[in-house]
This record gives sequence, C-alpha cells and structure tokens, in this order.
Amino acid sequence: MSAPQHSPDERELIAVAMSGGVDSSTVAALLHRDGHAVAGMTMQLWNQRRLPEIAVEGATGRCCSLDDVYDARWVAGQLGIPYYVVNFEDRFEQSVVRPFVEEYLAGRTPVPCTLCNQFVKFDRFLEMAEGVGARRMATGHYARISWDEPSGRWLMLRAVDETKDQTYFLWGLTQEQLSRTLFPLGHMRKSEVRDLARELEVPTAEKNDSQEICFVPNGDYAAFLEAYLREQGREAPAGQGELVSTDGHVLARHCGVHHFTVGQRKGLGVSAPEPLYVIATDPAARRVTVGSNEELLRATFHAREINWISIAGPDAAVRAGVRIRNKHIPAAATIEPAGQGRARITFDEPQRAVTPGQAAVFYAGDLVLGGGWIE
Amino acid sequence: MRSDTRWYFDHNATTPIAPVTREAVSLAMEDAWANPSSLHQDGQRARRCFEEARAQVARFLGCSPKEIVFTSGGTEAANLAVLGGVRASTRRDRHVLTTAIEHPAVLEACAQLEREGVAVTYLQPSRQGVIGPEQFRRHLTKDTVLASVMHANNETGAVQEIAAMAAMAREAGVLFHSDGVQAAGKLAFSPVSAGVDFYSVSAHKLNAPKGCGALYARTGTVLAPLLHGGRQERGRRAGTESVTLAAALGAAVAMERPDVTPLRDRLEQGLLARIPGAHVNAGQAARLPNTTNVAFDGIAAESLVIALDLRGFSVSTGAACSSGSTEPSHVLLAMGLSPEQARSSVRFSLGLGNTAEQVDLLLEAAAEAVARLRALSPAHSEVVR
Repeated sequence: MSAPQHSPDERELIAVAMSGGVDSSTVAALLHRDGHAVAGMTMQLWNQRRLPEIAVEGATGRCCSLDDVYDARWVAGQLGIPYYVVNFEDRFEQSVVRPFVEEYLAGRTPVPCTLCNQFVKFDRFLEMAEGVGARRMATGHYARISWDEPSGRWLMLRAVDETKDQTYFLWGLTQEQLSRTLFPLGHMRKSEVRDLARELEVPTAEKNDSQEICFVPNGDYAAFLEAYLREQGREAPAGQGELVSTDGHVLARHCGVHHFTVGQRKGLGVSAPEPLYVIATDPAARRVTVGSNEELLRATFHAREINWISIAGPDAAVRAGVRIRNKHIPAAATIEPAGQGRARITFDEPQRAVTPGQAAVFYAGDLVLGGGWIE
Repeated sequence: MRSDTRWYFDHNATTPIAPVTREAVSLAMEDAWANPSSLHQDGQRARRCFEEARAQVARFLGCSPKEIVFTSGGTEAANLAVLGGVRASTRRDRHVLTTAIEHPAVLEACAQLEREGVAVTYLQPSRQGVIGPEQFRRHLTKDTVLASVMHANNETGAVQEIAAMAAMAREAGVLFHSDGVQAAGKLAFSPVSAGVDFYSVSAHKLNAPKGCGALYARTGTVLAPLLHGGRQERGRRAGTESVTLAAALGAAVAMERPDVTPLRDRLEQGLLARIPGAHVNAGQAARLPNTTNVAFDGIAAESLVIALDLRGFSVSTGAACSSGSTEPSHVLLAMGLSPEQARSSVRFSLGLGNTAEQVDLLLEAAAEAVARLRALSPAHSEVVR
C-alpha cells in the first residue's frame, strides 16, 4: 500500500456504486457537485428471472431489477456522468447465495449483506474499479470512516442517523478497503439526504427505501431455499420433525427445521400458557427446541473470523458494547481473545436469542471496534 | 485520466451519420414531407423521392426495385423474412434450418415459430465460427420450408458461404434468407447472383439513422405481412412510408466507402504483438474487413471495455443483457470457447472516420489497460509469468 492519501483530489476518478435508490443516487450527485470526477456503476448480482416459481409480481426494491437499473442510469444521465452495469452474478452466487443456503441448512441464520459487502461490494467491485482507473469507491451506506493519525488506522464510526446506521453489516472491512472507501452519507440524517436529493434534483429523490434481503422475494427464506436447491438438482431440505420442549417433551410436529430461527415466536403451531420461542435448531436430528423467554437468555458465546477495525487485534480482554442483531442495542460485554481469530464474549447481563450465523459487532460508543460470526 | 475526445471503434453496433446521409435527410424533410400515397402533387413529390431511394438500394443489391421492401430496420426485415416466409406456407409439418450464431432478430423469430409449432434446427459452427455447407445440406429435411444463415457475424466478423448454401436450399425447394445487416457495405455482394431469396439490411450500420432497413425479397416469393393496416410496399409492409429515412438509406448505400482492412490489420497485429496472451477469435475464418474479436487471457472484457471508455475509446463486448451488463456471448460459446474465454473477449469494429493515428492510440491504451487489469488479478500473474 502506498503512503495513504486520506481524501481524494479532484482529478481522481471515484466509482460510485449506484443501486438506483435515493441514497446512492445522492452520493453520485453530491460528489459530482463538489467537482469530483465520478463514474456510476450498478452491480448486476442476481438474475431475477431465475427461480420463477417464487417470483413476486410487481415486487419493488429487489436487487438488480430492470427498474432499478433504469433509475440508476437515469440519474447518471441527468448528472452527465459515465455509467456502467457490471456483472458480478457468478461472484455473488459463489460468495453470498451458496453460503447463505449452506448456513440455513446447517441450522444457522446467516447475514448475507455482510458477505456481500465483504466479498462483492468492497472486494470485487473495488478491484474492478481500480482496474478501470478509479482507486476509490463511494457508496450510500450509513456509516462513517475517518483516519486516525496517532494509531495509523482507519476508524469506522456509527452513522449520525442511528435509525439508518449500517455498521452491523460492515464489520468485515479491512484497513485497505476502508482506505479506499467513501461514505458521504454517514454524517447526514436520512431526512437531510432526501432534502439534498431534492435540492440536487436527483430524479429518485422520492423513491421508497428498499427492504429485506435483496435476492429473497418477500423475505420468504424457506421458499427461496427450496426453490434454489431444486434448481441446483439437490435434495430438498430435511422435512418433518419434532418440536420439543427444553425438558424433552414432544409438543408437536413441524414441517422442516429451515423454517425456524432462534428467537422466533410466530408460526410454531403449539399453544401454551406462556409464549414460546425457538431456543435451538438441530437439522441433523430434525429437532426444534422451544422454551420460555428466560430460556432464550445467554451470557456467553464464541465468535469466529474476528475482524478488528478501529483497534489492532488485542492480546488481552477488551470491554465493549456488543450487538448481536441489527436492531439489538449493544450490551456491555467482555471480549477475550481465544486464538485463531476466535473470541469468547461474556455479557454483563445475559442477552436474548444469541443466534448462530448472525454477527456480533463490537462498539466503544460510536466507534466500531470490530466483529465476528456467532458460533 | 478521463478523456473528452472520443475515438469510435464500435461500428458493428452502429455507425456515425455520414454528411451525405445527413444531407439526404434534410433534403427529404424539406421537399418530400408529404404522404407518398397521396394523389396530389405534394404526395407525388414524396413518392418520387421514395422511389429514388428504392432504386438506389436496388442498384446496391443488384436487384429490381420491386424486390425491395422498406422496413423499420434490420430486425423487422429479418422478422419479416423468417416469420413471413414460414407463415406464408400452408404445409402441415414445417421445419426451419438456422444456426446457433444468428443475431437475436433471427433466433427470437425462430423461437416464436417454435411456439407456433414449427420445428427448428440450430446448426453449430466450427471453432472458427463457420457453418460448413455440407453440414447445412445434411440438415435439410423434406419438411424444411425456410433456412436462415447470416452472411457475416456481428461479433466475430466470420463470413459464411452463403452462395453455396443458397444453391443447396434452392435445389431442395427451400426458401433461403440471409441476415446481411453486418455484411452490407463491407463485402461486394448481390443476393441475386448468390441465389438468395431474402436478404436483410439495416440503415444504421451504414452511416444512416436508426429506424430504417430493407428486405430484398426475390420476385415470386410470398410473405405473410407482420403489420396490417395498408397496402404499402405491395401489401408486404403496412404503414405510411418514412421517406426521410429511406432517402438516408438510399444515399448511404450509394456512398463510396474506404477500405478499412489495413487499419483493422494494423490494430489486430498490434494487439497480438504488444499484449501476451491475446488470441483472435475466428482468426482463421474468412472475415469482414473491419472486425476483430480478441480474447485477452485472464481479464474480464467488461472491465477492459469500461477502462477504454473512460480513456475515450468506444469498443464492445458484443453482447449485453437487458440491464446492459455483459453476458458471455452466445456466438463465442457456440464456437466452443469456455465461458471464461468468452468473458475475456472484446470486439473492435472499424469504419468511417478511423485513422492509423487513432489505431495507434488505441493500441497504447489497450496494452496499458490490459497490463493494469492483469496486475490486479493475482490468479492471472501466476498463469502468465
């Protein structure tokens, strides 16, 4: 890595990842207004014509829909910047969709957006951008990056708009990736972004936000899983099994472990005086264990593939706020290095639904220290 | 790094407007704006202009003006020949013989015929992108109504032995269409002397505007029309004629064209000499004089096209999906290239306005861009070094 230059100069070309939504459109408009040389690029990640049996008529906010590409191209045309659609379907399937499917089959609850950020958006895209002459990229993510001279590290901070903060999905970024990434919206509230979009006459200023996982229509993971396995000529996920209480009583039959995730309350098919939650899933035994809210609480867990961002990997225990789901409020915990990129995390107060496959992200106030995958 | 000057090397996609066609359009708009079917003298003036254009196209193809049908473009011309030619047949069992390397204008028309119950055979090309005439003959059946083989391929420039196949088709009583959209203006050719029944051309590949094409339909052939609503073009194509665009096509085919073979060869040899791991696709085939399609080992053509575009050079991968992103070319895959080789292939197509200086600038930029892309892809450096 050459001596870091901490902000782009005006002649330097910046690749803006444009989804067709208001956020990335505004990023392109903003950088363009500020005099930067900008090229817009949309990643074609998933062919929506695949798996027609689960296609949803008129679904919006789907990734790679022709409408979104149309919008992104329209915005780029209005700005008068070059614009390209780049095809990363192979990489996306290999690095995001397949692991997503395997994780579900193994009884875990994956976070595909993190994989996509790590292996597609901030990896393949950056590589492609550099290849065509843009060393830096910008996206519409809500997070902040800053250079810390004393430590010689790039820091990641939570977005100013806490309701839009996306750092839960960005903990996997390396120092190299951070050094080449701009998040111009991290300092703004969503309402300010919309105001700016209107001021800059961005055509998509009033467009709705996208929701859910982009390649799974209507958030129906089970249907996606079944359709994908069928397309691949693979065996359907294990079918019926037993729903048991924590003391081993069989309460009901269920229609497949892949329909359940830790912490789930709805759709269990049993009535009980107290609300019941999924405590654990075991695909090999086709067993789903349910119990009370208290039984969901856990104080200790392990995380793997830890990536440290704002601090170097510590030798001793670190105190941090640890977030175990996107909407979870970080809870005070002690993180002890356990070797080979693993760590043992102990909450001061036990937390609900520590779910294997989700990420644990470590915070010190606004600072993102790092994160890892929950085992 | 970005360039405001542009150098255009994508003439197989479309061509810039030539001064003579611009003039013809302007003249026709001033003088021949009326409806050529009108009885009055304004209409008669438009008719004269329109028929002059038809005569120019007929002279260009060496046929009679009555054998020219103006269409909205190459796609409509090919659709009219394939769909119209087959639908006009009243036979019960109908078969169409075509190739796997046709333009979608023909492939999708054949897919439509399949939905209508017609059997279709798609001939696979050789590794050089060529269909053998004997292979063609073997697949003619007693039910074959029509055969459609493109004259020259838009992606590789490979030229097919149209006259030989047309003769075989005629002997078997089979109608023969050739998509001449890429070949017209680049090869000296007459569908009449080649014995072809239908031949499609497009204006915008000939330095005229988009929105106009023509189909040569040999006297005696019958076409079921695609459009209904008027008796224009002898009942073969309804709709008020675009005199303006026909005039442009007429002027375009009458125009002298420079031979770009030396420029193409300079480019191709330059690429091979400067860039290790570069291979010409269909390099052993008879090819259009303006086209070269080159695979660069270990790089994504998509990135090379973008990198060159940002430096001012327009080139192409030859195939794009509906969103505009690159898909491996069906033509290169049919020739037996692996998806990876197909994804590393770039098409350069030359034409009016290109110069040796431009070619040298392109060579410089391409060599630099390929080296840069390879340096970023560690997998490749291992393979090459």
